[in-house]
Amino acid sequence: MADTQRPLSPHLQIYKRQVQMMTSIVHRATGIALAVGSLLVVFGLLHLAAGEDSFNQFKGIIGSPVGMVLLFGWSWALFYHLCNGIRHLIQDAGAGYAIPQFVRSSWLSVAGSIVLTVLVWAYVLTAGGAA
Amino acid sequence: MTAKDLRNPLKTALGLGSSQSGVGHWWTQRVTAAALVLLGVWFVATVLCLLHADYATAHAAVAKPWNALLLIAFVLTMFWHAVLGLQVVIEDYVHTRWKEVVLLVAIKFLAVLGALASVLAVLRIALTP
Repeated sequence: MADTQRPLSPHLQIYKRQVQMMTSIVHRATGIALAVGSLLVVFGLLHLAAGEDSFNQFKGIIGSPVGMVLLFGWSWALFYHLCNGIRHLIQDAGAGYAIPQFVRSSWLSVAGSIVLTVLVWAYVLTAGGAA
Repeated sequence: MTAKDLRNPLKTALGLGSSQSGVGHWWTQRVTAAALVLLGVWFVATVLCLLHADYATAHAAVAKPWNALLLIAFVLTMFWHAVLGLQVVIEDYVHTRWKEVVLLVAIKFLAVLGALASVLAVLRIALTP
């Protein structure tokens, strides 16, 4: 980056808040969160490979209140990154670049991620609580 | 104008910037993303099916050939995609060169360790009767 004292673009301070801007920032943030969350997949597999006691210990950890809150957060992050990722793939193919379409698809990503998260946790809770 | 300036600009561009790998990073990011749409949905569905599963059930499920294969594919693609994404974030926001390089190497080391550990775990589960 240029070594300058001048404010650099994008000038977030004077930008009008727009949904397309938030979906882009949140896409990165959820990407980082999911990269951290990928360690949970590794730990789960390692605990399953290490035997029954180890696996039950892992179930205890992810079934604890803190574990459940993290799982809930990661599940939303996953569904958001999935929905918005599909949106980005469609845009990379050259479609949906008109501003109204861009705004509408932003809201679709947000809505889709919430719907999927609610559906999954409704299933988890009706099946008798997680883990 | 010096003689040096008369060189073909291509000479100075070769090996620099996007001339090294072109759109390789961008394209790989998209291909792994497309793969993860399918593998991610499969992974979530598989985990939901194993809700409340005891050790024996979970072990048997992961040991099934298709599940073991797709799990390994999922984990490798996930870490690959994660490294490509984190790399862009680090390049965009970390402006001290040595910190940038240290972080770029660190995420690659961590991702390779995570991927290898996962593959080893799945193989151990799949190959243990």
